Amino acid sequence: MSPEAIIETAGLRRVFKGHGRDQRGAVEAVAGVDLRVEAGDIFGFLGPNGAGKTTTLRILATLLPPTAGTARVAGFDVAHKPEEVRKRIGYVAQAGGSYRESTGREELVIQGRLFGMSKADAGRRAQEILDALDLSDAADRTCGTYSGGMRRRLNIGIGMVHRPVVLFLDEPTTGLDPQARARMWDEIRKLRDGGTSVFLTTHYLEEADALCDRLAIIDHGRIVAEGSPSQLKREIAGDVLTIGVDGDCDRVIELMAAQSFVREAGLEDGLVRLYVDKGDEAVPSVLRILDSHGLAPTTMNLHRPSLDDVFLKKTGRSLRESAA
Amino acid sequence: MPLPWESAAWEKAMRTIRDTWLIFDRSLTLSLRNPVWVIMGIGQPILYLLLFGPLLTNIARMPGFPPGGAFNVFVPGILVMTALFSSAFVGFGLCDEMREGVVERMTVTPMSRLAMLVGRSLRDVVLLLGQGLILVVLAIPFGLEINLGGVTVAFAMLALIGLMMSPVSYTLALVLKSEDSLAPVVNGLALPLLLLSGVMLPMSFAPDWLQTIAKLNPLYHAVAAIRALFNASYGDSEIVIGVVVLVVLAAVTIALGARSFSRAAA
Repeated sequence: MSPEAIIETAGLRRVFKGHGRDQRGAVEAVAGVDLRVEAGDIFGFLGPNGAGKTTTLRILATLLPPTAGTARVAGFDVAHKPEEVRKRIGYVAQAGGSYRESTGREELVIQGRLFGMSKADAGRRAQEILDALDLSDAADRTCGTYSGGMRRRLNIGIGMVHRPVVLFLDEPTTGLDPQARARMWDEIRKLRDGGTSVFLTTHYLEEADALCDRLAIIDHGRIVAEGSPSQLKREIAGDVLTIGVDGDCDRVIELMAAQSFVREAGLEDGLVRLYVDKGDEAVPSVLRILDSHGLAPTTMNLHRPSLDDVFLKKTGRSLRESAA
Repeated sequence: MPLPWESAAWEKAMRTIRDTWLIFDRSLTLSLRNPVWVIMGIGQPILYLLLFGPLLTNIARMPGFPPGGAFNVFVPGILVMTALFSSAFVGFGLCDEMREGVVERMTVTPMSRLAMLVGRSLRDVVLLLGQGLILVVLAIPFGLEINLGGVTVAFAMLALIGLMMSPVSYTLALVLKSEDSLAPVVNGLALPLLLLSGVMLPMSFAPDWLQTIAKLNPLYHAVAAIRALFNASYGDSEIVIGVVVLVVLAAVTIALGARSFSRAAA
């Protein structure tokens, strides 16, 4: 038996209306997304800004009705039973959720009470979360005085108060320094290990690679690839060799494409990009061939395939460029 | 047959009341924590009394000035104006909460959408009644004559003005989403309501056409009713008209506002 699906969508679409009779400026932000997220995973939704990540997340969190298609979260349809979905999910928006003039404890307590807890239960649960997230010392200070990392941790804590079965995190580490980001990753892993499924969006390749058990790459509202990070990278067989050429790139590509050790050759951002079987052996051969044709590379870079290469291969663009 | 308190409707009603209390409590705590609000809230009625009150003594002698002492005409007007302005601008605070993701976060809880609105509006009412109380107490030494019954009903009407206006402000905030767009809209709405209410100068000074338009303004009736109440003219028909108009409009704006909160997410 396959593991239980905590999120399942079929043909999910969302169109934002344009203006006037001809619907100028109408945008299809989500263009037919089929997803299956299994319970107990950290599932990443990777894509550049404007790819439809947040829109999909908002549909799943009952904040936005889909234009077409269906989505089931924690066993209930988001469009027909949003109240049931809300009881079972936690949601942390990019904007955060904590108010800068409230204290951390106040925010946790009222969140618990809005989920129906008694004052005493909500107070106990707040203390539990403050301890777990190492925020006890700051509990009675207003959130406006917190550091970026502390505030993010509190926001996640607010989403966890009612022990949801699935937690949605919209870009949980955007804008954090590397230390705070690593800390956040640890917290998210702890949640998963405690039995909570996590669905997060990110435009950081490293984050998707290091943190997520499975991920879907989304671009222009469509899912272009789905799998575990290692599965996805395995699709890019061999190594990636990028060559800077002073002059005729097309001629270099033509030459290289003809070589038996080159699987694929193309141009990206003014650099020749080769997918080769064995990078270390390819470098001297490439140099020799270029030399014999009177061509000299200005730079050469050999690397193992990354998720960016997966993205590039699927969309023809680099995520690093798109995200910038 | 299930007992009334075992039905789903009863449970939902209890839940709404509980959530309303939670939001009211939270909002009031936040407002009272803000020193700027507290100082301005208390300072405003004092400024009216000190800087505007003295002008009245002479105007009150003009022909056409409504009956009652100068302060019995002036204080009801200022009370209505305070109620109008303190509730018309409450949307600003909501814009701030929206920007920090508070509204969205609460929308993804099972809490009552009506409570999101009413909890905040009741906070607004409590604050404006507090301001009104300060104004009335401070105006007594200036010559305001009060009677307990009349003032109590007058304050109930001020509460209704708050319950009518603050949902409008919250609805506009949910739609416009930013203080920059909200400010001109709220000003554009509140200014004609104020000018045509007879707060500044009695509408009896106005030409007929202006008086006709003024009668369409709910606040015109509120001002007339509250003046009658302060003068203990309990037989004045404006009192009934004022209360009915405010109750009906408050019900409409609360329904509208609750709808906006349940759609705010979308």
